[in-house]
Parts: sequence; structure tokens; C-alpha cells
Amino acid sequence: MIEKTGQRWRLRFRTEGLKETLMAWLMLAPAAIGLTIFLIVPFLMAFQLSLTDTRLLSPNPPQFVGLENYRQLLRIHVIWMEPLKDPATGEVQRDEQGQVLYPRPRTILRSDPRYEGLSELAQVHLFGQRFLLAAGDPTFWRGLLNNFYFALVVVPVQSAFALLLAVLVNQKIRGVHLFRALYFMPVVVPMVVVAVIWFFLYNPGVGTINAFLKAVSLGRLGPFNWLGDPRLAFPSIMLLSIWQGVGFQMVIFLAGLQEIPGELYEAAEVDGCNELQKFFYVTLPQLRNTTIFVVVATTILAFQLFTQVHVMTGGGPGEATMTTILHAVREGRYQLRAGYASAITVVFFLIVLAVSIVQRALMREERAIE
Amino acid sequence: MYRFRKAARTLLTYVVMILLAFFFAFPLVFMLVSAIKTNETQITSDVGGLLAFVPYPLKWVPPVDRLDDAPAEIRAAYTGLGVQNFLDVFRRMPFGRFLWNSVLITTTTVGLGLVVNSMAAYSLARLRWRGRNLVLAIIVALIIIPFEAVAVPLMLLTTRLPRPGGGIGWHDTYIVQIIPFIADAFSIYLFYQFFIGLPKDLDEAALIDGAGRFRIFWNIIVPNSRPVFATVAILKFLWTWGSYLWPLMVIRLPEYRPLTVAMQEFFGQYPRLWGDTLAFATMTTLPVLVLFLAFQRWFIRSVAATGIKG
Repeated sequence: MIEKTGQRWRLRFRTEGLKETLMAWLMLAPAAIGLTIFLIVPFLMAFQLSLTDTRLLSPNPPQFVGLENYRQLLRIHVIWMEPLKDPATGEVQRDEQGQVLYPRPRTILRSDPRYEGLSELAQVHLFGQRFLLAAGDPTFWRGLLNNFYFALVVVPVQSAFALLLAVLVNQKIRGVHLFRALYFMPVVVPMVVVAVIWFFLYNPGVGTINAFLKAVSLGRLGPFNWLGDPRLAFPSIMLLSIWQGVGFQMVIFLAGLQEIPGELYEAAEVDGCNELQKFFYVTLPQLRNTTIFVVVATTILAFQLFTQVHVMTGGGPGEATMTTILHAVREGRYQLRAGYASAITVVFFLIVLAVSIVQRALMREERAIE
Repeated sequence: MYRFRKAARTLLTYVVMILLAFFFAFPLVFMLVSAIKTNETQITSDVGGLLAFVPYPLKWVPPVDRLDDAPAEIRAAYTGLGVQNFLDVFRRMPFGRFLWNSVLITTTTVGLGLVVNSMAAYSLARLRWRGRNLVLAIIVALIIIPFEAVAVPLMLLTTRLPRPGGGIGWHDTYIVQIIPFIADAFSIYLFYQFFIGLPKDLDEAALIDGAGRFRIFWNIIVPNSRPVFATVAILKFLWTWGSYLWPLMVIRLPEYRPLTVAMQEFFGQYPRLWGDTLAFATMTTLPVLVLFLAFQRWFIRSVAATGIKG
């Protein structure tokens, strides 16, 4: 009798379990199918495509080319430049100012079959010698260097600014919600619109930002050609990126600040800490994980940089505002080189992955201490 | 003495906060003010000073046809404030169509995304089945893949999918802007985090009453999870409304073009008229800005949710 009930129970349990598993899969299915087709498959395709010469809209079947795309992408040579010598006397040639004359980079690159497919990336002076940096794809390197430049400037500036804003709007004073909303407002404005507005503000000659600089410097600064000057164009884009994005980080810091238990501050007060000490010995250590998150998220955003530069400068002037993603989109969408563009995005993904791994490692360490 | 110092500090705080408020508000004020100035010549000369932020002269100017092509004397007579630039936008481009496209794409992506991702998260958080932890681990791992890393292969993939209504390729459709973005690993993760926090007896009581799993989800879990639905909806809305890279890659025909790409297109047209362009920018921003001002707290709470536990 007891035996029988037990069996029936087990049977019922098993069918219930089956029903539940079936239901679980049914409810998961739409998301699982969507993620598989539109994320996992293209993600794997990127690796596979990067090993081929696949083109969009090409009648020819794609060929497997191995690591050729990566070779072109990552290939870089440092070539010592020999000064031009007078063929008769063997002396080093100089121009009117006494500067040593060098052969043109193109002449050097054409002189040797080993340098085939390379173009000039930069010339560097080192130990009184001149070297030619030549790359298989100088645009890629310029884009990547720009992304690092962007991250190096924007990540610390934006994170510190966001923390300052968060501390400001975390005070219990009248009207603080209004300021919080105001600082956050640019986050909801689409980046294309932000780029267009700032394009006008950066107007060369008579422009709002030029006028402001002139006023605060009492006429000593400007006018600048913000987006037309190769040295200023990228910093100009950094400024508007910070303007648009800092509110997001501010809110994340604010959430972190509000999770710090009040007793910690009371204890610090008992110990005779002033405001500044409280900030450095209580607030900052307590915000450790939040800070790691903000820094990592901003770094990844720096490598995704695309919309602003596409709208405002298209990578110019020259290649002063080129970025990795802009280069990938150009190669993939406009040059139709899907295989090569995939190789670029694979490199981009590996960078993002490395940044994320560093984040995980840092956060785990924190948990281990707890 | 102490009270004096405290008052001085509060005053200083307000001064700093107001200066910062100017920094964050001035580009948007510039956009709104320039968009309602009817005389293009006035806009471009005002940018060199504070007048760029002042809506003047305070005179209502009714819109007229083809003002931008008129000679300078006639344009000067129409100097004031009005909706001239907005009408010019409609005259130069099918703005209504772009707006409709963006509204359609955003609402469907957000709406379908809420259903699909919350269902998946419910299955992962509150049903017991084998392989659940593995699936969860995969979904969490997928979060770190940025869209840019899959954009090129996804473009290639969608050109090969069968087109609804015949033919091959999804380029120049609505679905190419909607379907790939419905399922979203990060949304599932946010839902999951919320659902595992709900009390267990919530669905167990209903289970004993004989309710099916789907009914429990729909009648009990969903109504008790409004905050997370709002969070996911807002984040997804901001992302979809501002989406630029993807439509740029797959949309060529104006019929399916969203506002962002149309904005860039309009911006690239010569002669580049500041008033018209900024009117376009205003109309692209206003829907989001109005929603933000109405649901401010919710927006801020949503963003805060992305940071917790990273």
C-alpha cells in the first residue's frame, strides 16, 4: 500500500518535472533562438570571416586566406632612415637651414621587395637617428592609437568628474533633485543630435565656444578652428563625449554612495575626521567596486567610439579622429571588404575582452578580502 | 561663527551646482532657442555671444513659404520667433515618415523585448530544470560582446535571410531594425536579478491552487515586478531611439530610415541651414526629453540598476 503510493508519487513527480522542463524551454525559446541567430552565430562568423577574403555583394565565392587579413592589419616595420649623401663627396646632404635631408618614405618602401604593401605610419626621432614606422594598414593603427588616447584622457577625467557630481547631488539640500535631473539630461539626448549641436558650437571664427574662451581669457585665446585643426579635433570630440556621458556615471556613483552605511561616517566623526578625511578614508574605499565598474564601462565605451566622429569629422582632418570602429565600418560597409572588417572587429573584441577580464580579476580580489 | 561658516558653505555649493547646471544645459538651450528663431542670418551672427541663448526679438512671426530662398531684405522683415524652421524641415524632408519609423521600431523592439526577455528570465530564475545553470552562464557571458563586434557579420547574415513577402535579404526593412534586438542578454540578466529576489511562496501558493506556470508568470510575477520592467524598458528605449550604426549599415531607402540617420543626412545637406538643422535636432530630442522629464526618477533609477553588481 505504502509502496504503491510512493510509486505513484514518484511518477507524478517525474511527469511534473518533465512538464516543468518543457515549460521552461518553451518560455526560454524565443530569447534563446534570438540570441543564437543574431548574437552567437554572427560572433562565431566574425572569426571565420576574418580568415577569408569575403566581400559583400561579390559574385566570386570567398577564398580561405588564413591569417592574411591579420597580417595586413597588424604588420608593422621599423626602418632606419639613412640620410641622403652627396654621391660625389659622400657627405650628408643638408637643406638651407642645415637640417639633414632624408629620402622620401615612398622611395624607401619601394626600394625593397620586403616592404611591399607597407605605407608610412609615422617618422620618429630617436638617439639622433630617424626611423620610419611603416604599417600594412596605417589607418588601423591610427584609429587604435586614437582609441587609447581617448581612453587615457576621458576615462580618468570623466570618472573623477562623475564622482564629484555624485557627491554634490548626494547632499541633503533643497532643490538637489532638480540639479540631479539637469546633469543627467544629456544622457537621454541621442548622440547624433549631440554631435550636431556641438558641431555648431565649435564653429570656427565666430562661434559660441570661441566667444566664451575669448571672454574668459580677456581676448588672449582663440579663435580656434576646433574640428579643422588636427591637434584640436580629437580633444573637441572628447569634451562633448564627456558632456553627454558623465551623467550616466554620476548616477552609478550616486547609487554606490547611497549604499555606504551611515555608521561608518559616524565612526569616522567620533575619531575626529574632517570632511576631506572622511572622503578619502570612508567614501573612496567603500566605492571601490563602483569605481572599477565605472572605469571599465568607460574604457569599453572609448573603444566603441563611432557616432560622434562619423557625424562631425568623418575621421578627419587627415586621420586625426579616425577610430577602430569607424575604420571597420568603412572597410565593411563602404569598401565591402567583410572579411577584412571582421578581422578588425575581432581585434576590437579581444581588447574589450581583456578589459573585462581585468575588471573581473579586480572585483574578485575585493570579494576575497571580505 | 559655526553657523556663518555653514551658510557660506551652502552658498558655495549652490554656486558650484548652478555653474555646472549651465555647463550641462547650454547646448540644449542653444538648440531650442536657435530652432525657433526665424531669421537664419540672425542665428549665425548670434552664435558669437550670449545672444545665442536668448530668444529674441519677442515677436511672433507666422510661417511663410520658401523663406530661406528669399532675398535678405525680405528675410530681415521676418525676423522674430516662430515655427518657420520646423515647417521648413517638413518641406525639405518627409520628417513625419522618419518620426513614425523611429516610433514604430522603438515601441516594437521595447515591447517584444519585455515579453521575450522577462519570460526567459522567469524560466531561468524560478523553474527547476536540468542545464539551467549552463544556459544562465552562457547568457551572462554574452553580455560582454559589444554590438560593434558582431555588426559586420550580422549585416552579411541578414543579407542572406529570406525576406518576408519574397526575395532574399533583410536590408531596407523594419524587421532588420527590430528582430535582431528583441532578445537581449543584459535585459534577461536584469530581469533574472529581480526575479530571484521575489519571495518563493509567491508562486508556490498559486502552484498548489493548480495554476499553470505561464499563468503564474503572467498574473503574479509580472504585476509584482513593475520596477524591473520600467528599468529594462527605459534602457532599451534610450538605446533603440539613439541607434545609429546599425541603420546606417543596413538602411538605404528613406522609407525605413530612422530619425537618427535622417538627422545626419539632413545635417549633410548643403547649404547647411542652422535653424532648420537645429529644428530637426529639437524634434528628434523632444520626445525623449519629454519622457525623461515626466519619468525622471524612473530614468535615474534604471541607470543606477546597471551599475549594481556590474
